[in-house]
Amino acid sequence: MCSSVIQVDVIVPTHTKYLDLIGSIGERIVKELDGFTGDREALAYQLNLVLTEATANAIKHANDTHRKDTVRISIHLHHDILNIKVYDHGQGFDLDKVPTPDFDHPTESGMGLFFIRSMMDSVTYTRQTDCNVLEIIKYLK
Amino acid sequence: MNFNLEKIKNFSVLTIQDERIDAHNSAELKEYLLDMIESGESHIIVQLKQVRFIDSSGLGALLFGHKHMTAKAGQFALSNIQAQVLSMFELTRLTRVFEIYSDINEVLTN
Repeated sequence: MCSSVIQVDVIVPTHTKYLDLIGSIGERIVKELDGFTGDREALAYQLNLVLTEATANAIKHANDTHRKDTVRISIHLHHDILNIKVYDHGQGFDLDKVPTPDFDHPTESGMGLFFIRSMMDSVTYTRQTDCNVLEIIKYLK
Repeated sequence: MNFNLEKIKNFSVLTIQDERIDAHNSAELKEYLLDMIESGESHIIVQLKQVRFIDSSGLGALLFGHKHMTAKAGQFALSNIQAQVLSMFELTRLTRVFEIYSDINEVLTN
């Protein structure tokens, strides 16, 4: 049982050089989980990866025309539920139309969302008034 | 991205000297591999012992190198992959695609 309550909000420019920073926050949060009895090393890697993939995806879909766009990442942990939200200002995409990779004929792209879906318990992508939100939930029990 | 390229026997051994391969540096890795292949290297080993994190774009860059090398009937192998990184290859079943060795000497002595 994790009794920790953690809320982290980060806003970074839409530049891939910040992926390391964002991923590292995920790893660091795992160190703060009180009473987590699972594989911490694996969870740390998963959160690093999921945050990296989700942020890279937001950067890829960002509105790059004015180069002042930002990505906001919100991480909330409460009652063993880890909730990650990544906000982008791009045109968005239809999550349901993103196919599962063809493992018999692997291609160089298309594995990012597969990783997120495989490692987390719930993934949704919704359009809001002025942004899109990729919401990822992981139950830590 | 920091690389070290050595010629050992008839192999070109490319050691990635960064701890992380992600969307920030994977394009550079692709370019480097393409340059190696285009310049005539036919036996490439990518040594990943220092890499503790790889994302989908990093796997994509290595897959790109593998595809280009095999199209030229060359050899493209990976070695010294850390456990968590190897689990990414397993999850995507890329262990069936790549020649993977636990130690570089396994390749060199084969």
